[in-house]
Amino acid sequence: MNFDFSEDQRRLQQELRRVLADHSTSANVRRVLEGEAPFCAATWRELAGLGALGIAIAEEHGGAGMGLLELCLVAEEAGRALAAVPLLPTVYLAAEAIARAGSPAQAADWLPRIASGEAVVSAVIDGRQQRVLADPPLRLSGTRLSGVANAVPDGLAARACLLLVDGQLVLADTTGSGVERREQRSLDPTRPLARIAFDDVPVEVLKAREGARVAADVVDGGAVLLAFEAVGGAERALHAARDYVMERRAFGRLVGSFQAVKHKLAEIFAQIEIARAHAYYGAWAMASGAPELPRAAAAARVAATTAYRLAAEESLHLHGGIGYTWEVDCHLHLRRARWLGQILGNEHQWRESLAASLIGKAA
Amino acid sequence: MDFDDTPEEAAFRTRVRAWLEANATPKRSRDDRFGAGLDEAAYLAAARAWQAKKAAAGYAAIAAPREMGGLGGTPAMQVIYNQEEGRFLTPGHVFEVSLGTALPTVAMWGTSEQKAAYLEPAFRGDHIWCQLFSEPSAGSDLGNVRTRAVRDGDGWIVTGQKVWTSGAHFADYGILLARTDWDEPKSKGLTMFILDMKLPGIEVRPIRQISEESHFNEVFLSEVRLPEGARLGPEGQGWKVMLSTLMQERFSLGENFSGDLYDQIAGLARQVLWNDRPAIEDARVRAGIADAYIAQFGVDLIVRRGMSAISRGESPGPEMAAIKLIGARAFQTAGALALELGGAEGLIAAEDLGADWRLPQLFWISAPGARIAGGTDEIQKNTIAERVLGLPGEIRTDRDVPFRELEG
Repeated sequence: MNFDFSEDQRRLQQELRRVLADHSTSANVRRVLEGEAPFCAATWRELAGLGALGIAIAEEHGGAGMGLLELCLVAEEAGRALAAVPLLPTVYLAAEAIARAGSPAQAADWLPRIASGEAVVSAVIDGRQQRVLADPPLRLSGTRLSGVANAVPDGLAARACLLLVDGQLVLADTTGSGVERREQRSLDPTRPLARIAFDDVPVEVLKAREGARVAADVVDGGAVLLAFEAVGGAERALHAARDYVMERRAFGRLVGSFQAVKHKLAEIFAQIEIARAHAYYGAWAMASGAPELPRAAAAARVAATTAYRLAAEESLHLHGGIGYTWEVDCHLHLRRARWLGQILGNEHQWRESLAASLIGKAA
Repeated sequence: MDFDDTPEEAAFRTRVRAWLEANATPKRSRDDRFGAGLDEAAYLAAARAWQAKKAAAGYAAIAAPREMGGLGGTPAMQVIYNQEEGRFLTPGHVFEVSLGTALPTVAMWGTSEQKAAYLEPAFRGDHIWCQLFSEPSAGSDLGNVRTRAVRDGDGWIVTGQKVWTSGAHFADYGILLARTDWDEPKSKGLTMFILDMKLPGIEVRPIRQISEESHFNEVFLSEVRLPEGARLGPEGQGWKVMLSTLMQERFSLGENFSGDLYDQIAGLARQVLWNDRPAIEDARVRAGIADAYIAQFGVDLIVRRGMSAISRGESPGPEMAAIKLIGARAFQTAGALALELGGAEGLIAAEDLGADWRLPQLFWISAPGARIAGGTDEIQKNTIAERVLGLPGEIRTDRDVPFRELEG
């Protein structure tokens, strides 16, 4: 049994961690937070240079041709570094969907540009959608798209958007006529959102008859990858809290020596390790094409979402008043945990997906 | 990343499986148990017979070196054996202390005479061992042991009381932690002994647990005379010997705990009606089932990571520390949910309500014990905080004080 990453994969992870620590600095992430850039271009460029964006893309399409296990490690380190880059829509969703369901021409067109970092592609392909705003929904008329997509991740930075409409996966150019885009202020400004309105816009359809099935598979994979981001972020938030309570003194002793504080941190550690175990299992299921993927993805998503939320909330709390200030990074974790946990179906929906996989759908 | 055995492991697994199929009975259901219906004497006789058979085949101490009567295998082979044996009816818990902790301690600290005298008979099941550590005022604070061993000529006289001693009522021997020096601080004046449980002056009283079972005992020691050859490890080093005993537990992996909790809740939720609809359709029940799966299978996956480390010849990582904390709590939460499914009728004991309710009711009544035994939740959290996260140890007022000056 070897239920762990290999030594080579661990070395790759260390390299990613080092590079991200150099480039996805608090100062660079905060430029995106303050709205000075739509994403952290330096980090994106470095990830492309390392081959990380195309790590799971085939070599014939300009990728590194390694695999999804390695992409999981990219996700974990990106989460740890609070990287403000469009990995979810571009790499986890669009690249995977195009590789699986795109025509050879579509793959040859998009994958090399995604691997090189040149193209940012957005994506909204999860069937678990919630609606608050009263905009007209997306609909297809032949190969022409109309309607509005809200909360589109990196929707302004992207030149194209992959959408699941009427059970079909379609790729829409978002720079042409008939498309109206505007920013929607995100609760995690380091991960921006946009409203995109389409008015009779021509689209490319990916594998017309299997769009919904491919989308569901890709979303399961995305759930695993977001679980890795969450585990990385949660561990960083835990360590930040640990470091702070080992420095801060009150009542004549280190804050970290109080048992209420120690036990809180121990609880976070335990929750992270459960999440990590499920994330690894999801990685195995995804990389090996196992039929367990839907169950593994749902469990990883729920466990990692709850673990990062706990870590982010309690890490801020353990910093005391200073943690509630804009200057300290605690709120970046609070925001990122919230964003990761809701951008691809919320925790409750995934918990129901898990239940359905364990005991069948409710009648 | 995979869940496959190495070729050597696969070959060993095949060999073990063939031997078990030829020599043991497979479990028919998840609560099928070895020796069901036998009284204790008959059960123990059957258990010893099984252990003798296992020892003859070389499986009693797989990871122990050959010169000690073991198979000279790897810890990974021991884990594989445990996994395979788990699917058969065998009396595992009778020998759990003997083979899991007591004998490895004798092997590590014993003299050549002690090893010659005790290892093989225990491997064969002739001797069953227990572990006499905890006392009424030494539970989580194990260094507070007050049982005294006083030198008497070339031997010792031991007086005191032990508690929570699993299997003391049928054990032949035990490893005993006693205080030999009251002028040293608490953890420094201790010495480990091998106690022959048939010596005069030993009285064993079973403790009736809230589950109505009696796995544990109180052991009263009144002027029990031990020869010098009963000392295990150097005088005054008992704390160190005891820590090495507890360290053994990290390799006792590979046995599933309690079947599939989520599956049991689901089974009941399919039968029970809530407002004329099956409870399994209720969103809260479904969420509870999903959470039970996440906790339990999460623990299982952490164990598999530990086994992978063992298989690579490494030690399991710090994540192992989360297992008991999460596992025991999941047990308690899931047990409660299962019982709640039945509402008022769910308060009727399984003998009147139906066999499907037996295990959930057992989970509910045993879970409080699981959260205490082998290190309470709070001790587990202290351990994680201090050993894994590097936070300060608890403030101690007793560390450098001679034991006789401490109160209580």
